[in-house]
Amino acid sequence: MSSYDVSAAAVKTSSVVTPVRRSLSTRWISLLTLFALLAIWWAVTATGLIEPLFLPPPSAVLKKGWLLATTGYMDSTLWQHLGASLNRIGLGLGFAILTAVPVGIAIGANRIARGVLDPLIEFYRPIPPLAYLPLIVIWCGIGELSKVLLIYLAIFAPIAIATATGVRTVDPAKLRAAQSLGATRAQLIRHVILPSALPDILTGVRIGLGVGWSTLVAAELIAATSGLGFMVQSAAQFLVTDVVVLGILVIALIAFAMEMGLRALQRKLVPWHGQAH
Amino acid sequence: MALLQLERISAQYPGSPEPVLADISLTLGPRQLLVALGPSGSGKTSLLNLIAGFVAPSAGRITLDGVPVKGPSAERGVVFQDDALLPWQDVLANVAFGLELAGVARDRREKIAREMLALVDLSGFENRRIWQLSGGQKQRVGLARALAADPRVLLMDEPFGALDAFTREQMQELLLQVWQRTAKPVFLITHDIEEAVFLATDLILLAPNPGQIVERLHLDFGQRYAAGESARAIKSDPRFIETREHVLSKVFSQRSAEQRQERA
Repeated sequence: MSSYDVSAAAVKTSSVVTPVRRSLSTRWISLLTLFALLAIWWAVTATGLIEPLFLPPPSAVLKKGWLLATTGYMDSTLWQHLGASLNRIGLGLGFAILTAVPVGIAIGANRIARGVLDPLIEFYRPIPPLAYLPLIVIWCGIGELSKVLLIYLAIFAPIAIATATGVRTVDPAKLRAAQSLGATRAQLIRHVILPSALPDILTGVRIGLGVGWSTLVAAELIAATSGLGFMVQSAAQFLVTDVVVLGILVIALIAFAMEMGLRALQRKLVPWHGQAH
Repeated sequence: MALLQLERISAQYPGSPEPVLADISLTLGPRQLLVALGPSGSGKTSLLNLIAGFVAPSAGRITLDGVPVKGPSAERGVVFQDDALLPWQDVLANVAFGLELAGVARDRREKIAREMLALVDLSGFENRRIWQLSGGQKQRVGLARALAADPRVLLMDEPFGALDAFTREQMQELLLQVWQRTAKPVFLITHDIEEAVFLATDLILLAPNPGQIVERLHLDFGQRYAAGESARAIKSDPRFIETREHVLSKVFSQRSAEQRQERA
C-alpha cells in the first residue's frame, strides 16, 4: 500500500488534521480513557488508598447492582426505581411533544401567536425548574402529577423554541413551490413546514430530554418515594455508598442511551439533514 | 387567443421610492416561449414573481384567460433556479406532489408522475432521493413536477443558471423538446444571452432603473431546433451570431446611456 492510499483512508475516517500514519480512531481513544478510569478506580480501592465508605471498589458496586436488580433496595428493585423515573419522563415528554410542537408552529408561523406566547416562554424558560418546584408542590401536592408537570415544563420550552426556529427558517423557495402547485395553508404546514422543521424539532427534543432528565432526578432527590433520584438520596442518608455510586452510574447510562437513541432517530427520520440540501 | 396578459404593470418594493418595474405590457399565448433577458437589477425575477402571484403589482393588471391573477395557483407552474424540491420525499413523490395536493388518488398520480419523468428523460430514477441527484437531474425533476400538475403556463426562474455549461446546453435542448411535446406556453427568465436567443420564440430585453422593456424580438432558432437542426449548427449560424451580437450591443448601449446619465 502506498503512502497515498494510507492518507486517503485516514481522510475518510473523518479527522481534519490528517496524520499520514494510520492512528487510533477517536472512538478507540474514548474507550481507552474509560478503561483507564476504571483501572484507576480499581487501583485506588484495591490498595486501600481510599476507604470503601467513600469509594467502594468496582466489584462491590457490581455485586450491589446484582443485588438491587434481584432483591431490591427500599422496598423496590432497581428496575422499579428505574421504571418510576422513566415513566415520569416518558409522560412529561409525551405531553410536551403533543403541545410544544403545535405551539412552536404557531409562534413561527403566526404574528399574533408569536406576540402572545413568545414572551411567556422566554420568561419562564431561564428559571431553573427546581425553583418553581415548591410552587408546583403547593398547587398539585407531592404525588406523581407534580413531578410529571415539572418535567413537562422543563421539556416544553426547548421543543417549542426549536420548533419555532425550524418553522421560521423554512426555505421560502419550497413554500413558493408548494403554493404554485396549489397548496392551501394547512397543506403547507403538513407537507412543507412540518417536515422542514423536523430536524430542529428533534434537536429540541434532545435538549429537552437532557434538561428533563436532570430536573427529574433532582426533583426525586427532594420529594419522592420512588425513582432513581430517591434511591440515591435515601442510600446517601445511610451512607450506603455503593448504592449511591451505582445509582449515579445508572442515571448517567440512561442519559447517554437517550442521547444516542435520539441521534440514531435523527439519522433515520431526517436522512437529508446535513446533505447538500 | 392570448392566454396570459400583462397590462401596464408597475411594481415597487414596500418602503422603496424607486419602482423595480415600470409600465410592462406583454402577452403570452399558445406555442410561445417568451424569454425575458436582462442584467441583474432589471427586475426580471420580480416580473416572474408577479406572474406567479407571489407578489402583487403596484399598478396594472395581470390576467390569465381574462381572469385576474390573485396569488399563486396551480394554473401557473414554476420551475425554480435552486430546484426547491422536497428532500424528505423520493423523486416520484416529488413529481406527484402537485397531484397529491389536488387530492388525486395514489395510483393515478404515480402513473402521471412516471410519464412526466419519462418526458424529462429520468425513467428509472423514481425511487432516488433528492440529494443523490446532480444539479441537472434536480432541474429535470423540478420541470417534471411543474408539468405533472398540468399548468396553463409554465414559468421558469433562471432554471439553468446554476448548472455547468455542458449540462446547460443539454437542458436547453431538453426544454425545447418538452415544450414542443407538451405545447405549454413558457415564460423563462435568464441573464444568458445565447440561451435567450436560442430558446425564445419571443424575446424581451429588460433594462434596469426602473425595469422596462427596451427591445422585443421575434425569433425562430428554437423552432429550427425542433424541426431537426442540431443545436451546435444553429448556434454557429451567422444569423444566430448576428442576433446575439445585436442583443449584446443593446444591453451595453443601455448601460453606457445609464452611466452618462449618472455622470450628468
